[in-house]
Amino acid sequence: MSPRDLFGAALRGLGANKLRSLLTVLGVSIGVGAVIVLVAVGNGSGKAVQDRLEAMGTNLLSVSTTGGGGGFQRGQAGPSAQQYSLTLEDASALADKRLAPDVASAAPVMTSSGTATNGDVSYTVNQVIGTTPSYLPATNTPVEIGQSFTQQDVDSSQRVILLGQTAATELFTRPAAAVGQTIKLGAVDFVVLGVLASKDSTGFSDPNATAIVPISTLRATQAGYGSLNQIVVQAADKDRVDVAEAEVTELLTARHQVPADETSPFRITNSAQILQTSQDTAKTFTALLATVAAISLVVGGIGVTNIMLVTVTERTREIGIRKALGARRRTILGQFLIEATLLSLIGGAVGVGAALIVSRFQLAGVQPVLVPSSIALALGVSAAVGLFFGSMPAHRAAGLRPIDALRHE
Amino acid sequence: MAADALIDIRDVTKTYGAGETAVHALRGVSLRVEAGEYVAVMGSSGSGKSTLMNILGCLDIPSRGEYWLDGSNVARLTEDQQALVRGRKIGFIFQSFNLIPRTTAIANVELPLTYAHLRRAERHKRAARALELVGLSDRADHRPNQLSGGQQQRVAIARALATGPRILLADEPTGNLDQHSTEEVLGMFDELNADGRTVVVITHENEVAARARRLIQVSDGRIVADEVTR
Ligand SMILES: Nc1ncnc2c1ncn2[C@@H]1O[C@H](COP(=O)(O)OP(=O)(O)OP(=O)(O)O)[C@@H](O)[C@H]1O
Ligand SMILES: [Mg+2]
Repeated sequence: MSPRDLFGAALRGLGANKLRSLLTVLGVSIGVGAVIVLVAVGNGSGKAVQDRLEAMGTNLLSVSTTGGGGGFQRGQAGPSAQQYSLTLEDASALADKRLAPDVASAAPVMTSSGTATNGDVSYTVNQVIGTTPSYLPATNTPVEIGQSFTQQDVDSSQRVILLGQTAATELFTRPAAAVGQTIKLGAVDFVVLGVLASKDSTGFSDPNATAIVPISTLRATQAGYGSLNQIVVQAADKDRVDVAEAEVTELLTARHQVPADETSPFRITNSAQILQTSQDTAKTFTALLATVAAISLVVGGIGVTNIMLVTVTERTREIGIRKALGARRRTILGQFLIEATLLSLIGGAVGVGAALIVSRFQLAGVQPVLVPSSIALALGVSAAVGLFFGSMPAHRAAGLRPIDALRHE
Repeated sequence: MAADALIDIRDVTKTYGAGETAVHALRGVSLRVEAGEYVAVMGSSGSGKSTLMNILGCLDIPSRGEYWLDGSNVARLTEDQQALVRGRKIGFIFQSFNLIPRTTAIANVELPLTYAHLRRAERHKRAARALELVGLSDRADHRPNQLSGGQQQRVAIARALATGPRILLADEPTGNLDQHSTEEVLGMFDELNADGRTVVVITHENEVAARARRLIQVSDGRIVADEVTR
């Protein structure tokens, strides 16, 4: 039997029960479509996170301290936590070109929180950051309206403040109206110098619910003279991040006289690491979605098997007649396998088409980004599903002795 | 000589099931049919006629005994070779016609030709000729459910004839037909036999048996009489 004859027989077989074929195709297409769309959503959200992190700057190092250097038992002599605390002097040493040539800038950071009030309106600012002006370019946090404070403001502990978009909106409704106004943070008056540009969220917290003040002012008015939370260091170049990191470690180790046999109490994370971590998270997320989708593909495949079983059972007598007329096992097998594969492939094609349309829209706030290999994979899998799941009933049918098939009721 | 016989079955038994519920449909049947014979098989219901015919048509296999068809032992043939035998050497006609539903008369007739790997054009030509032979050229594009019983059986005969088989096996071919249609079918069998084809037909009707030249009586799984009648 020529391929064309086989194909014709298979098409007639499918056409004999159009509704049933249609529903089976639907099952497969939902499976295939789900794979493509969900993988695209996972990929899209991964890309979005990556874009935001890249916008943050990839030559950023964040230095913090782990406190003491390991577990000290009571009464034992050892360095106090104080010894390793980061200080303003550390920040200026790191910014010194002679001491750390590959560090472009170093901004000390202290954080606190407080309630800001504008007349009757009050708003709790989760994150009040005390720092120096170099923090803004280093973390890619431009001032959108108004202007930044200067090093002089820091030196003279000026009571000036930069508001994040959310903070400005909460307090003044229109962020533009905030500039030049005076607000209270705690009990102290601050003049609003500027409003920061809006930032996309990279996690659960709102990055716009912030306020930035000169670090000297924060220490004087809010947080006291404790140690720094971290120092934000910008490497001179994207390719010099590792060198800068080594310089920072070396300099801090020397300044704090950390014994050579002790693990470094300083924790330095660079943005490339953060990027890597979030990419790994995105991959896990994508894999999870793909698994869910794969399950629906398998369910679609079971639908194909089910329909082929019904079809084969229904047409057993016909199979008997065909065998009595000289049809070989492989001819019968071919006809039913082509039927099953056609069901899967048509379903696959419809699924791909639907997925291409659906993935042009935002889903759950994510713009899906198609992964070409997922389309090939879904189509391949759907054909394989047809062959695999169709072969079982087809084999059963083809293996029947003619008389047994003819006697079938 | 043994080698001459077209059909040669030797001590064939067929048992359905096993143990206490076993049914012995054939209890040792030996039969030789030479090429060109016209044989009628008669016997009461359940005597094993259809069982015998299915074995002759390679649709079923004997439980014991041998079946030599045209000089080769059927049990030794591969599955594909058996399919080839069914398609080319044997034309089988059933009491219940067994046309493929939702498929036109001509497509039904073309089917064995398709399995015999004939080209499309050749297939169509031969199928049309076979339909012409049974006088149904004007019904070629009708589906089985648009044909009368007699017409359906004539399509089935055309289908059995299409590949030009040497043997025609018919299991109660006129069982579902009226007097007139029966006459038509029998007339066709006469012609085919006159052409040199071997015809074996199972029947309950004396009128049908009378056309054959040899009559075999089956009873309880055994051949009880075998005589040349004409
Ligand atoms: N598939 C089967 N399983 C079990 N028993 C069977 C089977 N086919 C036939 N038989 C039994 O074998 C015996 C012979 O059946 P067969 O069909 O050959 O009879 P028959 O002579 O053709 O009868 P009829 O004239 O009614 O068609 C019967 O007793 C029947 O019950
Ligand atoms: Mg019978």
